Amino acid sequence: MTDRFVLLAGLLILSILGFMTLGAEGSWSFLLPFRGAKLAALMLVGCCLATATVLFQTITGNRILTPSVMGFDALYVLVLTALVFGLGAAGYAALPGPLLFSLNMGVMTGAGLLLFALLMRGGRGDMVRLVLTGIVLGLLIRALTTFLQRMIDPSEFQTIQSASFARFTFVDRRLLAATALAALPALALAWRMRFRLDVLALGTEAATGLGEPPRRGQRQALVLICVLVAAATALAGPVSTGFAGPSSFFGLVVVSLAHLVTPSPRHAVLLPSAALIACIVLIGGQTVMERLLHLATPLPVVIELLGGLLFLFLLLRKAHG
Amino acid sequence: MIEVKGVSHDMRGQAILRDVSLSLPRGGVTALIGPNGAGKSTLLSLIARLQRLQRGRITVDDLTVGACADRDLARLLAIMPQSSAISARLRVGELVGMGRYPWHGGRPGAADHAAVEAALAQFDLTGLRHRFLDEISGGQRQRALVAMACAQGTDYLLLDEPLNNLDIAASRQLMALLRHMARDQGKSIVIVLHDINYAAGFADRVIALAGGRIVADGPPAEVITPGLLRGVFDTDARISVIDGRPVVVV
Amino acid sequence: MPRLVYVLLPVLTVLSLFVGTVPLRPAQLLQDPEAWQLIAVSRLPRTLAALMAGATLAVTGQILQTLARNRFIEPMTAGAGQSAALGVLLVTLLVPGAPVWAKMAMASVAALAGSIGLLFLIRPLPPSQPLLVPLVALVYGGVIGAGVTFVAYQGDMLQYLQVWLSGELSGVLRGRYELLWLAALATAVTWLIADRITLLGLGEKTARGLGLSVAQVTALGLGAVSVVTAMCVVTLGAIPFVGLVVPNLVSRRMGDNLREALPVTAAAGAALVLGADIAGRVIRAPFEIPVSAMLGVIGAALFLTVLYKDSARD
Repeated sequence: MTDRFVLLAGLLILSILGFMTLGAEGSWSFLLPFRGAKLAALMLVGCCLATATVLFQTITGNRILTPSVMGFDALYVLVLTALVFGLGAAGYAALPGPLLFSLNMGVMTGAGLLLFALLMRGGRGDMVRLVLTGIVLGLLIRALTTFLQRMIDPSEFQTIQSASFARFTFVDRRLLAATALAALPALALAWRMRFRLDVLALGTEAATGLGEPPRRGQRQALVLICVLVAAATALAGPVSTGFAGPSSFFGLVVVSLAHLVTPSPRHAVLLPSAALIACIVLIGGQTVMERLLHLATPLPVVIELLGGLLFLFLLLRKAHG
Repeated sequence: MIEVKGVSHDMRGQAILRDVSLSLPRGGVTALIGPNGAGKSTLLSLIARLQRLQRGRITVDDLTVGACADRDLARLLAIMPQSSAISARLRVGELVGMGRYPWHGGRPGAADHAAVEAALAQFDLTGLRHRFLDEISGGQRQRALVAMACAQGTDYLLLDEPLNNLDIAASRQLMALLRHMARDQGKSIVIVLHDINYAAGFADRVIALAGGRIVADGPPAEVITPGLLRGVFDTDARISVIDGRPVVVV
Repeated sequence: MPRLVYVLLPVLTVLSLFVGTVPLRPAQLLQDPEAWQLIAVSRLPRTLAALMAGATLAVTGQILQTLARNRFIEPMTAGAGQSAALGVLLVTLLVPGAPVWAKMAMASVAALAGSIGLLFLIRPLPPSQPLLVPLVALVYGGVIGAGVTFVAYQGDMLQYLQVWLSGELSGVLRGRYELLWLAALATAVTWLIADRITLLGLGEKTARGLGLSVAQVTALGLGAVSVVTAMCVVTLGAIPFVGLVVPNLVSRRMGDNLREALPVTAAAGAALVLGADIAGRVIRAPFEIPVSAMLGVIGAALFLTVLYKDSARD
């Protein structure tokens, strides 16, 4: 297991080096902070989404789900569309970054927490019902978005199109700090839950028997998921093409890769492994996009193509061998 | 002592348990028997708070089930549920190790490792410890689940049909081991059994449930009678007595 | 629920024939030959299209969920839908002047090819880990979807694609929806093998023990799923919701015996799509709201009600 982590760490360093140095022209006193901020943003977003997906899969006991099934990405795009619809593309572009960030962060955490609070109140925590409700609401949000987008002028649609994909071309350092402020404590709390998550993964009865009734852990995990996804999405935009249907794909691929590369039921292994892989995939994808594709393609598209193919390749090689 | 007072339980309007009261003093092996659907498993999972108590009150020593801290109860009482579909993909050693969770909260110490080793050895699982649960036989998996409950190292041990999938040697071995744990280590063991002969052969006390009520309670020789078989199990099997223990001739 | 759905379905069907931009009263049928014409050319095809799309999508959703033993997988996300989009996109880019039927044909071929590709991918997976099947299907669909977005983004066709793919019934006329009969046929086949699929849902070993040819039933089921998805995407666009939520609600209420559940699933899916379409025609008349948007709104409200009424009763 250690050698796998050494391998991952090596890959991460390699991708960081590639990202920082490839095509570097001009003075390092400009490049270092500029690319450094992008790098920090990429890694933060990677850790957030990987951790949120691991938590979500554990508490739902379903390895094909990611938190975006609950419509977080869709909510971001709806807010974006509504703003462009109401203010026009120029009005939207004039909005100050921090305001937009707080608005997104507020709407996403607010809606998420409200939903979870309503659903987990009283009675048993029926996770299937929770996920179904999330899917239904996500579809509702998507329908409203499509509806609004149809009434928007094609030239203004361009704004939405480019802003509804995650991008790291320019990172506002104030927002980076704000994101870190929200995300780092949540990541630390998720790490503290690692042993309890192992027990929760055993299933309701076994976990209860071991003195870890699932409801409390589920509730705490949901709050963390909400904060992590909202922070990552508010900083960068959805890391999703929206084409994989309700299950966005980045978290799914990253966690599936982690299961393949470091197979272990322990979250003390799974959490860091998924986070490392997420960082490698994001940084690598961003490097490919900047240097090879010259920014002509949104980052999530690159990630989904490369990450998905990598997963299928590794899995099938394992299945054949 | 486990004390059950006036417990009733409904599921979708159907009564599963009706006003059950009983007290189980420390020590000994108690067998719960009864026809299918009598409420045995429900009673067991209510004591272990796997299901929420609807009416009545259950205490284990000085802990009130449903009101006490979950970790405290997990250090006092372990349960092996009947349908132990473990959803995670685990190795045998890892599964048994999970049983120590209430004590170490994720950071096992020397004592925890020793307890796991002991449980693996006791259930003859040491050679299988690195195998995945979905790669071993049903009987081996069953032994791993019982070993996990034993590794929890609690005074009270509740087992729901632990003999499922076990061959005759493994069944006798397990029952003998449980009796040994009860006599020599002072454990209190409550076990749901389908095979009445195992209850007669190894239990100190037998409680028969039917239709959600306790219908008989006492030493095996007093409870397991032709009358019980006819009235509760609706069968006319003969009973003979061997070495002072009743044996149902099937 | 079953009884309500069975009553609702014929009522909606009759209603659908008379509601629309050009109002029609039943009495007109007796005097006005043009009324018959309107029904034959537009209203009947549209009604049939809604019924068939709803029923087939819901049923194949349930089939796929049973086969994959995972409640949260949907035909649209398992590769067929994305492949269809890829086909349309490639034709439009390579042969800009291609007629609509050529696009439809290309999309159908692409969707089928995409599904066959999935079958090949999942064949070598170890049967001891059934959860890998839906996972691979999702990743596969996602990769194709990313490819679609990549191509569309390069060609600046994202909005075109969105319009093409958003589910709509307003363009349905005689001669434009008949591919859906293929979907209905494929769904009828799944009804014939419903018992076998239920058995497969119990697990591979149980199914084999009962003498089932697992590979064959899986291939038939997935084949039907891909035909239905392809035909629906090609003729109407992507219709969300139906394939995921309807089967889930039906199985919460009726259980997973497909022979019992499928007719209810089919009727509920059909009633839902038709009802949403009628509402879309009425609410902002004379303008129409696309059925996919209506489904999102009406469907969401309706399903949350059912979901929570159900849970409150338990």
